[in-house]
Amino acid sequence: MRLPNRPDQRVGPSLRAILAVSALLAGLLPAQVHAEFGLNLHAPATGLAQNIYDLHTLILWICCAIFVVVFVPMFFALIRHRKSKGHPAAKFHDNLAVEVVWTIIPVLILLGMAWPATSLVLSMKDTGKEDLTIKVTGHQWKWEYEYLGDDIRFMSNSSTPKEQIDGAQPKGENYLLEVDRPLVVPAGKKIRLVMTASDVIHAWWIPAFGVKQDAVPGFIRDTWFRADTPGTYRGQCAELCGVGHGFMPVVVEVVPEARFTAWKEEQKALLAAATANAGKTYELAELKALGEKVYTANCAACHQANGAGIPGAFPALSGSAIVSGDRAGHIDIVLAGKPGTTMAAFGKQLSDLDLAAVITYERNSWDNKVGDVVQPSDIAARRK
Amino acid sequence: MNTATDVADHHEHEHGAPSGIMRWLTSTNHKDIGTLYLWFSLFMFFFAGALAMLIRAELFQPGLQLFQPGVFNQLTTMHGLIMIFGAIMPSLVGFANWQIPLMIGASDMAFPRLNNWSFWLLPAAGVLLIATFFVPGGALAGGWTMYPPLFMQGGIAYDMSILAVHILGISSIMGAINIITTILNMRAPGMTMMKMPLFVWTWLITAFLLVAVMPVLACAITMLLTDRNFGTHFFDAAAGGDAVMFQHIFWFFGHPEVYIMILPAFGIVSTIIPAFARKPLFGYVSMVYAVASIAFLSFIVWAHHMFTTGMPVGGQLFFMYTTMLIAIPTGVKVFNWVATLWRGSITFETPMLFAIAFVFLFAIGGFSGMVLALVPVDIQLQDTYYVVAHFHYVLFSGSAMAIMGGVYYWLPKWTGHMYDERLGKVHFWLTAVAFNITFFPMHFLGLAGMPRRIPDYALQFAEFNMISSLGGFLLGASQLLFLYIVIKCARGGLPAGNRPWDGADTLEWTQTSPPPYHSFVTPPLVK
Amino acid sequence: MQAHTDHDVYYVPPPSIWPLVGSVALLTLAGGFSMLLGKMAAGPYVMALGAGILLVMLFGWFGAVIRESLDGKYSSQVDVSFRWGMVWFIFSELLFFAGFFGALFYARNIALPMLADSQLLWPGFSATWPSAGPGANAVPTPVDAWGIPALNTLILLSSGATVTWAHWGLQKDRQFQLKLGLALTVALGIVFIALQIHEYAEAAFTIRDGIYGATFYMLTGFHGFHVMLGTLMLAVILLRALAGHFTPGRHFAFEAVAWYWHFVDVIWLLLFIFVYWL
Ligand code: HEM
Ligand SMILES: [Cu+2]
Ligand SMILES: [Cu+2]
Repeated sequence: MRLPNRPDQRVGPSLRAILAVSALLAGLLPAQVHAEFGLNLHAPATGLAQNIYDLHTLILWICCAIFVVVFVPMFFALIRHRKSKGHPAAKFHDNLAVEVVWTIIPVLILLGMAWPATSLVLSMKDTGKEDLTIKVTGHQWKWEYEYLGDDIRFMSNSSTPKEQIDGAQPKGENYLLEVDRPLVVPAGKKIRLVMTASDVIHAWWIPAFGVKQDAVPGFIRDTWFRADTPGTYRGQCAELCGVGHGFMPVVVEVVPEARFTAWKEEQKALLAAATANAGKTYELAELKALGEKVYTANCAACHQANGAGIPGAFPALSGSAIVSGDRAGHIDIVLAGKPGTTMAAFGKQLSDLDLAAVITYERNSWDNKVGDVVQPSDIAARRK
Repeated sequence: MNTATDVADHHEHEHGAPSGIMRWLTSTNHKDIGTLYLWFSLFMFFFAGALAMLIRAELFQPGLQLFQPGVFNQLTTMHGLIMIFGAIMPSLVGFANWQIPLMIGASDMAFPRLNNWSFWLLPAAGVLLIATFFVPGGALAGGWTMYPPLFMQGGIAYDMSILAVHILGISSIMGAINIITTILNMRAPGMTMMKMPLFVWTWLITAFLLVAVMPVLACAITMLLTDRNFGTHFFDAAAGGDAVMFQHIFWFFGHPEVYIMILPAFGIVSTIIPAFARKPLFGYVSMVYAVASIAFLSFIVWAHHMFTTGMPVGGQLFFMYTTMLIAIPTGVKVFNWVATLWRGSITFETPMLFAIAFVFLFAIGGFSGMVLALVPVDIQLQDTYYVVAHFHYVLFSGSAMAIMGGVYYWLPKWTGHMYDERLGKVHFWLTAVAFNITFFPMHFLGLAGMPRRIPDYALQFAEFNMISSLGGFLLGASQLLFLYIVIKCARGGLPAGNRPWDGADTLEWTQTSPPPYHSFVTPPLVK
Repeated sequence: MQAHTDHDVYYVPPPSIWPLVGSVALLTLAGGFSMLLGKMAAGPYVMALGAGILLVMLFGWFGAVIRESLDGKYSSQVDVSFRWGMVWFIFSELLFFAGFFGALFYARNIALPMLADSQLLWPGFSATWPSAGPGANAVPTPVDAWGIPALNTLILLSSGATVTWAHWGLQKDRQFQLKLGLALTVALGIVFIALQIHEYAEAAFTIRDGIYGATFYMLTGFHGFHVMLGTLMLAVILLRALAGHFTPGRHFAFEAVAWYWHFVDVIWLLLFIFVYWL
């Protein structure tokens, strides 16, 4: 099924030049736009993606061939069989033989396409014999990765600064396709992903892997990939999931196996350090600084960076009665969320420290001047 | 043709059009109601089109320029919803109202009063839908497909939209029942089923699809309503429900729905091409069977919209095979159109230009459909701009352009005047070119990995988005020309005569232009 | 269908205000319902207004149809139109129920087993029916099929028989049999509804009890609503029969309602089998 030529995914230089020149002539392209753009599927990084690529190429050529076969005669007729050229109208309106032929031939072509497609579907669905299983949970609007059996679990948030999105800063090379903590996997191993979501449906997608799988709340769906070449691979959430849908990148770092083992050890050490710090008391400034980061990653999409919310859709936190009121009420709503709304139960997503930090930050920012400090131990106490 | 003898008692038909606004509010006349449908859909076309302009303006460059993501999602959702339910469907019903009685030699629709209700429900639903932009939280923003659980998170607009869609559903079902009954029961003597113009056939089958699937949509959105407000848990996993179940029910409606929007367009094109090729439609019988088998297959392909939900492998394969099968009758239709052109005596008036562009561009949409039918490829392309390209090729250059062609074709009959041919051609070329500039690049965007329904995108998508936006603005502006041409033609122009197209041979051309307020009061005899 | 041969003039009614009134009614009703859902105090009143307008429209519209019918304006071709119209209307209703049945089958045979397969999320959950899902503490206790439901089956089946008996009476122009049959059918319909209300009141679970409660109440609730409508329509037909509107040759309204009643019957049988029994 593999076609001899390995098509190049980049646009030919001449087309690119034409496009760029016309856009520049219009004086419209911002100077920082220089990322390469593609005309075709991403360069495959897994066997499956390669097969998909080839299947797509195959069907594309078949379609082009049919297109030519159908439309060359049509344009011939349009040019030659014109009234203005004095062409008289024929009278025929039926021809059984022709009609049978052009019904049968497509059937054969379809069979030809169904065959490779079927075998590819079967191998995509074959999630057995995995080397490593990772649980992926979609949250509005971040991914959570849990290495099953390894006690490693973390959130992966978009790390594109708000200033870039709003145009206050030039956009970086990986604009909207960068995260604070990518998923790290070993090269050459069969990785099985078991996928779910906590709130709405998301879809985990890395084009170069040929993997796109919806994450459905309450259900486990699985998929797999094996990437041989170390490197960073980028994708995005592919199912409309609310206001942050466009800002929910997926980044996977494929590393050599030895590097992966080392990485795992680092993660475990970090985790241990965090546990050791559990009882620690923090200063207001310390918590506020950390809290601002947590807020930007988790809360700002709805409640906005300035705490003003979006009237009618997302309540303001600045001046909010809950935020400047009783601590317990504030902690509770962050821990448990508000069912039936976008407000998630962050108790399941964030550590006590992060929660303490972000709540402290909210209570002491914008118009809120409560002045108190919420410690991780306070959070632990209110968790039921 | 009109050989029937006069019937003595014409009394019941003496009521002409009441004057003023009451003519339109209380009409029981299929032509007036058809006109109402067509104007309503044109208005909605411009409304939803304006939303599209805003979408393209936001996507002109990377970064958030004009709208917050929440507003952007409202724009895409309402653009889709209104285009489908407010523009394409009503305009096709408008054609049905005007043309079916004329084409089968009936005096009116079978249920004239019900017909009027079907229409006047549309503005009611339209008011409700447009009002959602002004309620707290803004309009629907979860996509026209309304997937839960995201749908559960919306404000009051979501409930209002459900009610609006219910009203639209009632309108569609009643309209469809009316059409089926008219076709089955009101044909002139001698007009056997296999003598009916293909347009009538396509509408018969479309109306059947409507009666069959609109209630299923009603069922799906009723579950949304009760899940939101009355404590049911159809789509909540913890209570034993399943969000994906909604998708199954929705697409059981949704896929036939896309054929509801294309089959009458097939009918229009199958009317125009023979008229300007001056040659009978090739393969009439196979065309009828093709439409029927497309309709049948459309009930068993729905889950091709759900290949990434993680169905069992058997499900994926089944829906892949059935979807591929649809390409066969679709192909047969395209072949037949080309064969109709073959060795004709072709001229290129505006309706013909639209019809030819339809065949050519719809085929591109069909091919991208084939690409999407293959599960592995669809998994790469699902929810990307490739899908957006696909459905605009079938719905804009398919349905919408067939509708425009049909408007040009029948405007002389409807108004009694010829439209401005030169302007019509300008409109055609602007539309065809701008359409391709807008939507062809979306194939590349999708292949390269741009998800749909995002307000902002990574930098490698910038060039194509800018091109697409520029094309989009041109496309939008060109439609103002269409509005101008239509209004100009309605207000005056060269007299059209009974049969301005020498190749046209259906019954409506035996009537004056415009036809008398009550045409075929006594049915003609069809030989 | 053969094209008709009698060159009757097909009756096209004069302009009518009722469709517009109907649209205003539905808009008002929907607007009021939205207000109710949005917790606005005026909601119920606006809804009541809408319902009122709808009633006016129904009386006005059906009144006009009945007048035209009695005036003999409807040719046999119009009669055929009415029949087709009713057939396709019932067909659409059938598909409405099919959607909910589909949900029931999907939930039982696909969704619950898949939830049970998702042990990572719901440890220990197994798919049984009835079920309120893996998040619920208890399994709902179903209604016993061989209690009220079986009785109701009997009642609806008998009502199907009485309405057919009434039809025979009408065909033979035995007006008394017609009236008695209709009255019995209406009475059976009312008993059915009363029993159904009793069953709801006694049931050990609510619509909130997971997928079982949701499918149970949606299916039986919509069916019950249709029985109510059917009973109302039968009552109207009874009144019209008392007024002597129907003749052996011309009684489409009667037949339409009878078809509708049989349709409601069939749905009930399916409900009995799939919701109560299996
Ligand atoms: C040869 C015929 C066709 C085939 C094989 C086909 C196949 C498909 C497939 C597989 C998808 C799902 C893509 C995805 O979401 O990943 C799709 C989407 C779609 N198709 Fe087609 N299609 C065909 C013709 C049509 C026609 C005639 C129409 C309408 C007139 C249509 C309208 C749509 C729409 C609106 C969507 C996207 C719906 C959404 O997700 O919002 N298609 N088609
Ligand atoms: Cu997402
Ligand atoms: Cu489809």
